[in-house]
Amino acid sequence: MSPNLPRQAEVVDRTEESPSTFTLHLRLTDGAPYRFDPGQFNMLYLHGAGEVAISIVAGDAQAGVLTHTIRALGRVTKGLQQLGVGEHIGLRGPFGQGWPMQQAQGRDLVIVTGGLGCAPAVSIVHHVLDQRTRYGRLSILQGVKHTDDLIWREQYAAWAQLPNTQVLLAADVAAPGWRGHVGQVTALFDQLELDAPRSSAMLCGPEPMMQAAAEQLHARGLTADAIFLSMERNMQCAIGHCGHCQIGPDFVCRDGPVFPWPRLRPLLGVRGF
Amino acid sequence: MTATMPEQRFLPRESLQTLFDVLAERGYRTIGPVVLDKAIQYVELSDASALPTGWTDDQQPGHYRLTQVESPRCFAWANGPQAFKPYLNRSREVLWESRRDSEGNLEFVLPTPTDKPLAVIGARACDLAALALQDRHFLDQARDPGYAARRASLFSVAVHCTHPATTCFCVSTGDGPRATSGFDIALSELDDGYLVETSSDTGRALAAALPLQPADDEHNRAAAAEIDAVAQRQCRQLPSDDLRQTLFSRLDHPRWEDVAARCLSCGNCTSVCPTCFCHSERDQVELGGARSQHLREWDSCFSEGHGHLHGFQVRPETRHRYRQWLTHKLDSWHDQYGRSGCVGCGRCITWCPVGIDLTAEAHAICDDAIEPEDSA
Repeated sequence: MSPNLPRQAEVVDRTEESPSTFTLHLRLTDGAPYRFDPGQFNMLYLHGAGEVAISIVAGDAQAGVLTHTIRALGRVTKGLQQLGVGEHIGLRGPFGQGWPMQQAQGRDLVIVTGGLGCAPAVSIVHHVLDQRTRYGRLSILQGVKHTDDLIWREQYAAWAQLPNTQVLLAADVAAPGWRGHVGQVTALFDQLELDAPRSSAMLCGPEPMMQAAAEQLHARGLTADAIFLSMERNMQCAIGHCGHCQIGPDFVCRDGPVFPWPRLRPLLGVRGF
Repeated sequence: MTATMPEQRFLPRESLQTLFDVLAERGYRTIGPVVLDKAIQYVELSDASALPTGWTDDQQPGHYRLTQVESPRCFAWANGPQAFKPYLNRSREVLWESRRDSEGNLEFVLPTPTDKPLAVIGARACDLAALALQDRHFLDQARDPGYAARRASLFSVAVHCTHPATTCFCVSTGDGPRATSGFDIALSELDDGYLVETSSDTGRALAAALPLQPADDEHNRAAAAEIDAVAQRQCRQLPSDDLRQTLFSRLDHPRWEDVAARCLSCGNCTSVCPTCFCHSERDQVELGGARSQHLREWDSCFSEGHGHLHGFQVRPETRHRYRQWLTHKLDSWHDQYGRSGCVGCGRCITWCPVGIDLTAEAHAICDDAIEPEDSA
């Protein structure tokens, strides 16, 4: 499959997650095999409108269905929101370097996410639950601005019931009845049952949050090279050609979006990069 | 540079047309320099008489003027705003087309390459060095099919530079004035004709069809001396230290603010730079809606859209954009492509409307002995 040309995908199901967030379940119509690593992304193409880079939340290899959760923000994503079951889009991918799931085998995983959805992080959870015995303790820390922004509540509740799994939620602003923490996601580290030397951290969300989380987890004993971040940048080509997503020596689309923290550390938080 | 000269033969000036004719016979579409809109520009041409005979240039920061002098020479000038980059990395190109049938099914089609093989006459050493960098970008890790097809058919006739502009600094980047690679044939221009050297089988085969004569010692000496003199005439240079360590350690240097106050963020520098590759992608849909072309168009890191994310602008201010350009060009390129992204052509200096000189900016930031504060 050429990375330069989209394949046709059919919308086989869609879910309304919130007024602005929706999930498309897609099946590639050419029947050719497709495999991806958690943390990789696809370019979804809406005919006549353009392409947009979207993280892959989950994939069911047997059913051939790929799941993308999308926030309707721009021209293309608002168009994608209008699609119904049976309609077609284009899909290029998968692209980029995903989470180091191989390297993390046998270790505890600390997943810290901030913001809406945070699909790249959810893809880790799906992967770990598929191969549960290969990983140690799973901790999921999710922060949102407002509790109304939290999608997948039932999913978090279900994960919290699983053995060897800890789910901690935080919201800067809480609606009545919120039982999670009020404040920043990093404040949840005090509640985290952490065995630092055998833990790997995977962070996804706004950069200041990731930077703070990385520093604090490092201070709590995680080695710098056991901390990974998923970056977001303007990505138009997905193959390291268009230049928009360059950070220092890397193109985020090709060399990321997941990076070991030490790789990004010198420029993380420096305005303009 | 004078030490070892490849074996050269001589093409009398009156036989230069043969080069155009032989290229045409072999099916090439030939581009070369002409005077157009008061600048040296590369366009399709089939006649040696269209070359800019007797034209020379005056280039300074923010200044470009052509003047005519009494001279039989056709290549007595330094490069104009563009050479041949737009013929390979086009300013606008269709990447693919989406076709929707009445049932809503989509088909995606790559454009069929229809171009004739391309020959460029008058490629300068700086632009050949830039070509090698564009090759690394568009061919090495992910292959761009359109660029690859055009590049594979390219035949290049270099002309060693004997007339640098005051803005040129290819000697300092190690890329000129003599073209040392990336060409099929190279010419040294003298008053009565051209010394011809070849460096590829295609070049040798083509040269065999030219009415070449043995070159005499006087020709060889004169040509070598002219190229050597270029090195003496170039007064600009980049700092010789490894800029990789220096620029990124001085992200808070006050000069970034200083240059930002002068920079218009217009993107002229990136448009004329022979190594810049940034482009944006967008769709152009046919009126009926059934077909939509997915286009690539040159973009600039000085543009508003370049660092745009929803709810976040990576580079909101001019100082961020100039710093992005300079640190990428002179620093991150080393990590990405094994060398600096600057080939010393000086175009960004000439074509900057306010005459910002990247060599001066690099010196101001890198030569400063004062230890800057830690960047945050």
